[in-house]
Amino acid sequence: MSATIEVEATPVVRRGGKAEIRRAFSSRLASFAIILLTILWTIPTFGLLVTSVRPGSDVSKSGWWTIFEHPHFTWDNYHQVLFVGGFGVTGGIIPYLVNSLAITIPATLFSLVFAAMAAYCLAWVKFRGSDVVFFVIFALQVIPLQLSLVPLLRLFNDGAHIGGVPIFPDLNLGGTLYQVWIPHTMFAMPLAIFLLHNFIAQLPRDLMEAARVDGANHFRIFRTIVLPLITPALASFAIFEFLWVWNDLLVALTFGGGSPKALPITGRLAQLVGQYGSRWQLLTAGAFVAMIIPLIVFFALQRYFVRGLLAGSVKG
Amino acid sequence: MLATAHRAVTTASTLTDSAGKIGQVIAVVAVFLAIVLLIFLAAGRATGRIQRPLTITVFLGPAIILLLVGLVIPAVRTFILSLHGASPKNAPYVGLANYRWAFTDGAEQQVLLNTLLWLIVAPVLATAIGLLIAVGVDRMKSQAVVKSLIFMPMAVSFVGASIIWKFVYDYRDPSEPQSGLLSQIVIALGWNHPPNWISSHPLNNFLLMVIMIWVETGFAMVILSAAIKAIPDDVIEAARVDGAYGFRLFRSVQIPMIRSTLVVVLTTVMIATLKIFDIVRTVTGGNFGTNTLSNDMYSKTFVEFNYGRGAALAVIIFVAVVPLLVYNIVQLRKERATR
Repeated sequence: MSATIEVEATPVVRRGGKAEIRRAFSSRLASFAIILLTILWTIPTFGLLVTSVRPGSDVSKSGWWTIFEHPHFTWDNYHQVLFVGGFGVTGGIIPYLVNSLAITIPATLFSLVFAAMAAYCLAWVKFRGSDVVFFVIFALQVIPLQLSLVPLLRLFNDGAHIGGVPIFPDLNLGGTLYQVWIPHTMFAMPLAIFLLHNFIAQLPRDLMEAARVDGANHFRIFRTIVLPLITPALASFAIFEFLWVWNDLLVALTFGGGSPKALPITGRLAQLVGQYGSRWQLLTAGAFVAMIIPLIVFFALQRYFVRGLLAGSVKG
Repeated sequence: MLATAHRAVTTASTLTDSAGKIGQVIAVVAVFLAIVLLIFLAAGRATGRIQRPLTITVFLGPAIILLLVGLVIPAVRTFILSLHGASPKNAPYVGLANYRWAFTDGAEQQVLLNTLLWLIVAPVLATAIGLLIAVGVDRMKSQAVVKSLIFMPMAVSFVGASIIWKFVYDYRDPSEPQSGLLSQIVIALGWNHPPNWISSHPLNNFLLMVIMIWVETGFAMVILSAAIKAIPDDVIEAARVDGAYGFRLFRSVQIPMIRSTLVVVLTTVMIATLKIFDIVRTVTGGNFGTNTLSNDMYSKTFVEFNYGRGAALAVIIFVAVVPLLVYNIVQLRKERATR
């Protein structure tokens, strides 16, 4: 009897020991692989950063990795890219950076306000067909941007007519910021309403009913009860939308393209790739300037951003 | 002298322009909020029978108008455009000719093939690498640092990412000192005559996909990491008692438990890949056989001004997105239901 136990017990112990070793080894190996991967992931960005502070004469003569042998730094590239231009490029990218801010902030705000209002209405002001309306809005996520670009651009440029009678005026928005704000707000709607609805619908029913009994109308409830309670959700979506609008190129080129008045920095960078060609010290500096604001937003508010992503993130 | 003065003047004028623009934005934001508040206060005073319809109109009206004007009507008009000829106005009806062109023209077949390759390679690799990191990083001490660094490309625009990688792929004659990291590495490994990466077809397609993978892996990692952390501890403990460690634990416990999340991540990246425009536009402009549907749709419409063909390509993107998104949403609901 005891012999059988021993026979059974020994292999178990041995197997356990081997597994222990293998586990320790594999976890160390896995950690090593992941650190390697992380370095691999970071090197390209690091190269960009290093190149942007190297003098142009060095950049044309050697790779950025030689910086460790001959450290030599300068801020000239940033000065030139921000304020001067040069090499056939007129002016720095400061105005485009301002454009990016001027596009992103209102576009984010507009979509948040309209989406929060609609989401509240669909969740708490029930009416006949409100579920159908919610489902249709949700389903509109299937429409890719590409499908609405051209007709929307023509609507902005020419207005709309039925048999020569204008039903939508020619707003003369061509090349202005309005023409970029409005499409961004429109394209954000389905996802924003969907996400905020999920959040708003979960607010406690008792709270809403108590407020109704106290005689508060929906406008008052929305302002004084709902808005403060959904701040975390609003923050998540605001960051999400901010990064999305800031980093967008397609909407920017289509609706703000051609005019320096409304072209954001992503659009300008895409142009500079052609114009600066292989003057990498300038291109990398420009790219870093475009990246710095989203990076700050991202690292400062990463937690909210991740929460927004986890809530579902099919957009565009 | 004169040039400096001129430059000073242009700098000053762009600065006042910028200041004016900031002022405009502040004014627009203030006016917007004031109008919303005023409407709220005014509509809040309504009583009786109009109160309810008015409430619904004020809350829901703006969103409905934005969606109708911005998405629904334009989408329908694009469908109609795709059945017509090239010019934006009064183009003749051509039936399905634009679609026939899209599927039979040699150059377009290359575009479709590239898009299909993108659609398979980039999402699968991004999801796979993201999964490996998510599983591996779970036990590491420096978790936050690793995650932040892998996730960082998500914050950088695709244009920024494209410039970063275009620099990695930069080509110089092998006799000169190299500036592109990739060339330098392969030369160090003994391949003395690396090609001009960006113009080497079909390799360049995969080099562009690397950029997409670089960006989307962080997304996959974050979502999958959350899903892995959500697996109840007792499930893992039970599996450990049964002797499942390391790869076995990963394959027979963790993977099945996060299956629907995996599908959600994969389809989400696929949808993003289908619409990818910025990378191709910035790195190659669609040249050297790297064109994809979305970039081609832009070129056909805004460079060649062939509205009919551009519209047909947009509709093809739409048709490809629909099943992916529907599947994505079904899985998402399933995942929510199990949590």
